Amino acid sequence: MDTSRLGDYAVFGVLLLAGFAFVAAAMAANAVLRPSAPSKAKGSTYECGVDPVGKDWAQVQIRYYVYAFLFVLFAVEAVFLFPWAAVFRAFGAAAAVEMGVFVGVLALGLAYAWRKGVLRWR
Amino acid sequence: MALEIAVKVVAVLAAFLVLPLVVGQTEHKLMAHMQGRLGPMHAGRFHGWAQLIADGVKFAQKEDLVPDAADKPVFKLAPAVALLPYLLVILFIPLGPGDLVGSSLDMGLFVVVALVGVGVLAVLMAGWSSANKYTLVGALRGAAQLMAYELPLVLAAASVAVAAGTLSLPAIVDAWNPWWLLWQAPAALVFFTAGLAEIRRPPFDAPVADSELVFGYLTEYAGLRFALLLLAEYVGIVVISALTAVLFLGGWKGPGPDSLGWLWTLLKTGALAAVVIWLRVAWPRLRVDQIQALCWKGLVPIALAQLVLTTAVALAL
Repeated sequence: MDTSRLGDYAVFGVLLLAGFAFVAAAMAANAVLRPSAPSKAKGSTYECGVDPVGKDWAQVQIRYYVYAFLFVLFAVEAVFLFPWAAVFRAFGAAAAVEMGVFVGVLALGLAYAWRKGVLRWR
Repeated sequence: MALEIAVKVVAVLAAFLVLPLVVGQTEHKLMAHMQGRLGPMHAGRFHGWAQLIADGVKFAQKEDLVPDAADKPVFKLAPAVALLPYLLVILFIPLGPGDLVGSSLDMGLFVVVALVGVGVLAVLMAGWSSANKYTLVGALRGAAQLMAYELPLVLAAASVAVAAGTLSLPAIVDAWNPWWLLWQAPAALVFFTAGLAEIRRPPFDAPVADSELVFGYLTEYAGLRFALLLLAEYVGIVVISALTAVLFLGGWKGPGPDSLGWLWTLLKTGALAAVVIWLRVAWPRLRVDQIQALCWKGLVPIALAQLVLTTAVALAL
């Protein structure tokens, strides 16, 4: 059993390396086959053929940060669902009630955010 | 064991290189016929079957353009970061019963969901390192979308885990029963929709949005790096379709002997991939605010309700 599990992780690691090797091989083949004629125009930032306006880095108002906060809260809690799902049958009703409380808190949080207008696009 | 690992890695790489091309070619032809066109007809003589191979050969000969203003190491690494998580997901998808799976890790479902979540990193890397206004807006749209839709995706996956009582993908298919089609139907719908958003396919392609953002976070990419990013999109279709088939449609289960189970997995995956293509033809692009509203006000509440329903039914059974 232990050896098979080790194999499961080993194959994961080997595949990751093989993936990097695939990308590297593709880029190497590309390096052999491709022309290289760099120019000022090719290197300039693409803005539909017009000379770029402003500096290299644009400033943008990030409107999504509230969603990001919400996501972090939810995702961190959602992660705990998986180990619970695996052992839930062994504990029966008690586990189900705890889970009900858990989802209840999540739903309440979402309802609160909704009511506060956080989910409206501004 | 070394031989076994080698066989598995080669098999996964083969699936990774062949299936996306099949989906891509099907998209060419299916889209064309849905729009009253013929699609590619020339390459390879017979109905343009070799079109994507010809495209690949062309991309391999293209100049490697990196904008002067770009953050070059990040810019160059982004295609690999977009591509490799999906390659690793394929390892966990069971093709048939028994040994027809790359890795039957006990926490397979958890790993798969985690790997799909890496996509947001690639989008931000590609868009931000390009130092271009279009790519930045595209990347931020993508980041907001991918993070939001990961939540219903994870919750729907958790619902299946509760129903099956395990996180191992082959064991989930083993536990699958036709009546899950009804019981887990909302979760299936949520998972597939959220999956579409995760791979930024229409109608969730606001981060790319060719009519407003040039090509979104991919604007500055050219040549082979662009091809790799496109390949990532098509591997994504395969991965999301296969995961939906395995989790919600019973994977290899179907009429006929178990030895032909792999055929069922491929058929179900293919049918779902055709739906993905069909949606691209049939649906207009959702606006950014509509995308967020659908997630937070639609899919997340449905997924939470499904989780409670699943737990209640699983307890009663």
